[in-house]
Parts: sequence; C-alpha cells; structure tokens
Amino acid sequence: MTYKYDNVYLLDASTVVGPYEKKGPLGDKFDKSYDDLYNGEKSWEQAEVKLLEDSIDILLKKIKKNKSDIDLIVSGDLLNQVTSSSYAVQKYNIPFLGVYSACASSVEGIIIASSMIDSGKINNCIVSTSSHNMSSEKQFRNPTEYGAPKPKTATFTATGGASAYITNEKSKIKIESTTIGKVIDKGQNDPLNMGAVMAPAAADTIYRHLRDLNRDPSYYDLILTGDLGVYGKEILIDYMKSEYGLDISNNYNDMGTMLYDLKEQSEVMAGGSGPVCSALVCYSHILSLLKKGTLKRVLIAATGALFSPTFVYQHIDINAISHAVSLEAIK
Amino acid sequence: MISLENKDYKKLVDKHKPKETRVQNAFIAFIIGGIVGVLGQLLIEFYSYFLDISTKDASAFMLVTLIFFASLFTALGFFDKWVNFAKCGLIIPITGFAHSMASAGIEYKKEGPIYGLGSNIFKLAGSVILYGIVSAWFFGMIRYLLMGGM
Repeated sequence: MTYKYDNVYLLDASTVVGPYEKKGPLGDKFDKSYDDLYNGEKSWEQAEVKLLEDSIDILLKKIKKNKSDIDLIVSGDLLNQVTSSSYAVQKYNIPFLGVYSACASSVEGIIIASSMIDSGKINNCIVSTSSHNMSSEKQFRNPTEYGAPKPKTATFTATGGASAYITNEKSKIKIESTTIGKVIDKGQNDPLNMGAVMAPAAADTIYRHLRDLNRDPSYYDLILTGDLGVYGKEILIDYMKSEYGLDISNNYNDMGTMLYDLKEQSEVMAGGSGPVCSALVCYSHILSLLKKGTLKRVLIAATGALFSPTFVYQHIDINAISHAVSLEAIK
Repeated sequence: MISLENKDYKKLVDKHKPKETRVQNAFIAFIIGGIVGVLGQLLIEFYSYFLDISTKDASAFMLVTLIFFASLFTALGFFDKWVNFAKCGLIIPITGFAHSMASAGIEYKKEGPIYGLGSNIFKLAGSVILYGIVSAWFFGMIRYLLMGGM
C-alpha cells in the first residue's frame, strides 16, 4: 500500500511545546513554548487542547489564511475518544476527521490529506497532532505525582501541539509518496519498553516502502523513525539487517532520541515518545533542513504502539503500527 | 514476509536491553528504608518522652507524622523525585502508602469530589488495603486457632 503523488506539497508547519522540549537541543526551533505544564489551563487535558489550538492558530498566521480557506482538518492524539483533537478544532468551524494510530497519528493524517488532495477532492488540509506528558501518564499509567520507578527502556511522552499545512499549491517540500502500515504483533507486552514493541512495525513499513518503489535505503538522505528511543533504534538497525538484509545504519536516526538531550535530561530515560514527538522534530528541524536544501529526500516512519492498559492487564501483547511518508525538497 | 519467530525476536530485544542496576537499587532502598525506620524510632522516643505517653500511643503518633510529611511533600511536588531515587526505600514504609493516596487525590481532584477524588483515591492503595485486610484475617485466625487468641 504505497502511493505516489504528483501535486501534494507541505507548505509550512507550526510547533508549540512545554518546558522539557524547550530545554532540549531543538529548543529554539519551536514557534512557541510554555514554562508551565498547565500553560494557564485548569487540567492536563485542557492544557493539551490549548497546545493543539495554539499550533493551529500559529499555522494559520504563518500561511496567511483564514479558517474559512481551509477545506479539512485531520487530527489525532492519545487521549480517550481523541478528545484533544475534537475539542481543539471546535472553534474553527472546519470539517474534521479524527484519527488514531497512537504515535503514528500525524502520518496517518498526512496520508489521508495527501490522498484526498491528489485525487482532487480537496485543495488543502491542516494535519494536527498533540500529546501531553501528564495527561498521558494519568490515562495510561499512574497519577502524575506518584514516583513509580521506571526501567531504562521507558520513554517520556512529549508535551506539545504540532500542525502542518498540506496543499496542492506548489511549494518547497513535496509529499512524494506514502506507505500505510500494518498492525504488527511480535509477542512483546512490556509497556515500559515500547521501542521493542514498535521496531518490527517500523521495519515492516520501511521494507515495504522501499520494495514497492524499488529503492535502496541509500536513496534517502535520512530515514527517521518516530519514537523508538535509544534501545528501539538499536533493535531496528539489527532487525532490518537480519530480517530483510538491509543496512540502514548510515542514514538512519530516531526522532525520539533527537527531541531531548539524553545526557542532561535524564528524566526522559530512553528518549521522547507520544504522537507529537515525531511531529515536533519533523516540523521544526527536518522541514527547515529540507527548505534549506541540506536534506533532499527524507523518509519519515512514525511509529505507534496501539497500547491498551486493559489488554496489558489481561496479558495480551501490545500491537504496533507504523505509517511512512517520503518528503522531497524541490527547487 | 515476517519470518523471525516471536521467541527469536525476544532474544534480539534482550540483546539490546540495558542492564538495570539492581544491586545498587537494593542497596539504596536498604539504606533509605533503614533511615526511615530510625526516624520512626526517634519519633516514638520523642513522643513518649515529651508527651509522657505509652510507646503504643507514641507509635500511632509516629505513623501519623510520617503520613503527614509524605502527603505534604507529595502535594509540594518533590516526593515523586525522592521516590524515583530511593525506590522501595520510600515505597515499602507507610510513606509509600501515603504517597500513593495523596498523588491519586491530587490527580483526580478536578473530576469532582465523587467521580474524581472519592472513586480514585484508592486507585493504587486499594490493593494494599484489600490484601492487607484479607491477610490480617488469615493471620488472626491462625493465631486464634494455635494460641487461643493470646
């Protein structure tokens, strides 16, 4: 399931972050940041809605469009019932599709938007995503003030909102192709080692993308996974080699390891995670490198653990999915 | 196309799994847990000496003091960082119980007194209470049958 597009472009994107992301190595590349995790709201969930709203507001300003110019918003997040997305988009009065692929939601949104634009059904679309460290901890794990010890393989849900504007008007970054992921279960059931859960899904999608388009990993200047973390990254390199005979070690990185300073910010353990993690790194750092021309072709494979606490307590494996999008810088 | 068996994949995952510092964690927990114990004993001595009460009453005072400070420090937002460092050294004593209830209380306050605070405050501590009561009943029965309630 790999599609090529002729006239789909990513014009611009916006990023809003919390204090931990601001302190990271990409801190000065984000459009807006908050020093406080509540960012002026009453609860963690409302704070996440605000982050997503902010990112759409900033994006509309950047692309100089009114909300009435936008044909569609596609957005996804981690909260039950995709709450952050559906509440954040309410004030814009724009047709909305809520999506869920856990931390691969942003690329799922890009795939839907690109396919609808390519087939001429819509002219443009805003694709958004968000996550919040505290609202995720509260929903999936323990109360946020509870200091449960965590293993080194645990990752840290990023706090932020991110939006991208996808359009059929020609711009510097082309959405060249996308690959829809499959749900993968490799027998992993440790919610504190999501890198191991998601690595096979990323491997499957990257492999199928390259095979479908008859490409070598070296075709891309950079192959990026969403949020595998330090150990998941090692697993993926090893797994790609043993399973598919593909060596990606030269041009591969994981965005979960790029968002934070892993030495200085020891609280993030193995790296960042959450739907907004890959979007934050991609929409700030990677897009600017593509615009400058430093990078020409990038493959983004966002990775999502389709993690249900109920199923984990019932001793059922955690499923994973990965969706990929290929971005190309054009003159 | 996926051919690697789940058990082979598990081997690959284990190969890349970092070693947890179990001995170090146990040592820290032992020392910190011991310090909490010494602190408790000092509090008992303090209360029984200055308030002129029995050791049994002083023990209750000591427990309330430890619970109070664990809850206060949780509310002030730094007790989770201490627990992260001390691990079971602070979780196993009564401080861990207080911490689990206070953190759940703070977290679910916004959903209101009934559906939030009331139904969630025992989210973590509920298991401790349930199995605490069940095992107390069993041990009580054993004591009654073997020693006639002495």
